[in-house]
Amino acid sequence: MPKPTRVTNQIRRLRFEHDEMTQAELAQRIGVTRQTIIAIEGGRYSPSLEMAFQIANAFDVTLDDVFRYESPEGATT
Amino acid sequence: MSNEEKGQWVYLVVFAVTYGAYLVIILGQLGQTAPADIDYIPVMLGAIGIGIVLAIVGRIVVGIAGGIAAEMAGQDDGQDADVRDRDIGRFGEYVAGTVLGVGMIVPFVLTLAASDYFWIANAMYLAFVLSAVVGAAVKVVTYRRGF
Repeated sequence: MPKPTRVTNQIRRLRFEHDEMTQAELAQRIGVTRQTIIAIEGGRYSPSLEMAFQIANAFDVTLDDVFRYESPEGATT
Repeated sequence: MSNEEKGQWVYLVVFAVTYGAYLVIILGQLGQTAPADIDYIPVMLGAIGIGIVLAIVGRIVVGIAGGIAAEMAGQDDGQDADVRDRDIGRFGEYVAGTVLGVGMIVPFVLTLAASDYFWIANAMYLAFVLSAVVGAAVKVVTYRRGF
């Protein structure tokens, strides 16, 4: 069972919008394994701030467009 | 499954199996011979040595097999350890270190109580094995459940 995380992401949608970029291609761009992309996409691993920026850069979007944080109070940032 | 995760499975299985084999051999003698008279040292050193060799060989085989599979699939990912592997590795080693530290209390107490070398050595061996197995298990679970 995946570990619940309050960080949500739009990587799957962004990959689809970028010519159906594969997980392997994204992994190669930011220098990690495909398994790490799968874990991030599935919410099972929260990337470092640096990796989060690398992912956003790979899609040429801002960090907010990729990741969102839902606080315990319900506010989304 | 990344090579790093497969490697942890190798460690988990190898150390559990070699210790299990050691236990079977020693427990078989324990019922018939007094602990002080059991020639446990060659068996223990053998189990440790075989465990280390199997772990190294298993890890190499997993690496080579993973490389061949990636080559055949035309992918270059999943081979080298990345930041997630290192994060999981550090977490697993932290847990393993804690288990080893707590586990070493038993042989320490046995030494203070001037117990037989048999029990002290076996308590230390068990602490080492528990540390290795728990560390590998924590890494495997973390790979599966998330981190």
